[in-house]
Amino acid sequence: MNTKKRAIWVFGDYRNYFQNRVTLQLLAKANDLAPKISAEVCAVLFGQGLDQYVAEYIAHGAQKVYVVEHRSLKNYSVEKYAVLLERLANDYQPETILVGATSFGKEFAPRVAKRLGTGLTADCIGLKITEDGLLLQIAPSFGGNLLAEIITPNHRPQMATVRPGTFQEIPHNNELRGEVVRLPIQKDLPEDRVRLIANERQAQRDQRIEDAPVVVCGGRGMGSKKKFKKLFDLADLMGGEVGGTRPVVYAGWLDTDALVGQAGKHIKPKILLSFGISGAIQHTAATTEADFIIAVNKNPNATMMKMADVAVVADASQFCTALIKGLKARIQA
Amino acid sequence: MVSELPWDSKTGTLRRDLAEGMMNPACANALEAAFQIKRRYGGDIITITMGPPMAEEVLYEATAMGADRGVLLTDPYMAGGDTFVTSHTLARAIEKECPDFDLVLCGCHTSDSETAQVGPQLAEELDIPGVAYVEQLEINNRTVRMQRLSDNFFETLEMDLPGLVTVTTQANAPRYPSLSVLETAFGKPDISILGAADLGLEPETIGVQGSPTKILDVYSSTAKKKNLIMKGTAKKIVDEVFEKFGDRISGAIKKDLKTHYHEKKP
Ligand SMILES: Cc1cc2nc3c(=O)[nH]c(=O)nc-3n(C[C@H](O)[C@H](O)[C@H](O)COP(=O)(O)OP(=O)(O)OC[C@H]3O[C@@H](n4cnc5c(N)ncnc54)[C@H](O)[C@@H]3O)c2cc1C
Repeated sequence: MNTKKRAIWVFGDYRNYFQNRVTLQLLAKANDLAPKISAEVCAVLFGQGLDQYVAEYIAHGAQKVYVVEHRSLKNYSVEKYAVLLERLANDYQPETILVGATSFGKEFAPRVAKRLGTGLTADCIGLKITEDGLLLQIAPSFGGNLLAEIITPNHRPQMATVRPGTFQEIPHNNELRGEVVRLPIQKDLPEDRVRLIANERQAQRDQRIEDAPVVVCGGRGMGSKKKFKKLFDLADLMGGEVGGTRPVVYAGWLDTDALVGQAGKHIKPKILLSFGISGAIQHTAATTEADFIIAVNKNPNATMMKMADVAVVADASQFCTALIKGLKARIQA
Repeated sequence: MVSELPWDSKTGTLRRDLAEGMMNPACANALEAAFQIKRRYGGDIITITMGPPMAEEVLYEATAMGADRGVLLTDPYMAGGDTFVTSHTLARAIEKECPDFDLVLCGCHTSDSETAQVGPQLAEELDIPGVAYVEQLEINNRTVRMQRLSDNFFETLEMDLPGLVTVTTQANAPRYPSLSVLETAFGKPDISILGAADLGLEPETIGVQGSPTKILDVYSSTAKKKNLIMKGTAKKIVDEVFEKFGDRISGAIKKDLKTHYHEKKP
């Protein structure tokens, strides 16, 4: 076993491939970390008819891909996949396993970690290698407006989940080569005790906030649901999407799926307009990739103002009204 | 507020003992699901929580609302545990206190960390089928049918009891104990208090000591940009924004903007 090369594994979560590129983002991060511990980057995926994903993962930096293909794995299954990954990890002993924090990943990864008897850090926003070659898992700390650095010193593999959009994928490169290791399905793989009765794909929205070139984000400082509605007018004018903070979602001013932050969507717009948002780490963890930020807050010392390129000291709702007016007057018919 | 929970600067773990003895929102939904099941199918509701002594309050609350009994797991050795040891501790308590359980209901996550890991890990510990993020559930004989939204898929799932379900905050509208209910909940509620020794757990296997993950450091991130501060009337600032960044805005919204703008056209 000791002769084996060290490895960083990335779980291949392909079910929502076109909407959700978290596996590719994790492959990029793994490529960033691997040289520091002389490891190879491997993807691991289960299912049926996986050739296209195998090719994609290689083109995005997987040096090796472990594939288990079988009819009975066609539908995602937490229990079966967890047993499979546990067994593979016991056979190949990877140093690290990274899993995308999709709904599936958030249920699957804890079970794998438990089966392997190891630790797991949820929703990491940064991953590094320490001087001792350990995986440094950086995640917003429990409840506090702080970041925690976490390690798993004595257990292997080291495991972490990462929200989609946290890291950037490396561009598709057809020149890249990788080894494909096809493994047979084990005969004694137990049936999942949870039975899938029906499975219906939800209709997609046309533009997703994750890809929108302009995002208008509102926080508690917008004052009321009625005033918050103005942000939709502004976003419409700018061809953008509206997002918001957790208090705003809790108050019912905005749908849950437009939550921006650690517990919601990560965004990377060309312009982010931020209205009445204090800038808690759980929110700003998901806005650091915005190219240009205009923040509006009546408190010039709010963290969000410090993170912005332009910090507008004003009433959020009034400024929104003025901006809508100003834009309407300037947009060439 | 959850975000103002006190920190223990030495260990870097949350001092939940100083946090208010409030029920976690998703757990209130899990409890409500239990009440609904009890009303329709009968059964006993046992609530279990792990935490500082004052966490007993949430068990009182649950009992006042209709739970049959409560179990508090509290021990300095249990403090600061990660989800791995927390699920281990909870599982041993369930096996001891209610070995013949039919269904374990958990909140899908806590609002202070949202790891959502304890439920799935508890299912592993108890070696029972488990489903996370459930929005609806009904029971037929010994079969639970559940619905949830998982990565843009509406899933309908089934499992046989015993099993474990984690419930989202969308699942139902939890009731709140009215003051009068709390006040009239006279008599001593049936709450047992257990420590590590009662569960036969060695200190090295639980709490901070037993956790595979260790917190190295906790710090505040201070990402600051060199920025431009604009003050004045909203109208004046808007003009300044377009004057300085009109090109950038125009590029992002893919619309031409008039550079020379006069409020009153001649
Ligand atoms: C585990 C966990 C996960 C979380 N996940 C997320 C997440 O994904 N996304 C998220 O957003 N939050 C999340 N939170 C919550 C987060 O910690 C903050 O509480 C939240 O982001 C604050 O939202 P806010 O900025 O709208 O409100 P506040 O913090 O209340 O800030 C309001 C701001 O508005 C300003 N203001 C007030 N009145 C006006 C006015 N008239 N005009 C202009 N400005 C005004 C104030 O100065 C203040 O800066 C999470 C928290 C936890 C514990």
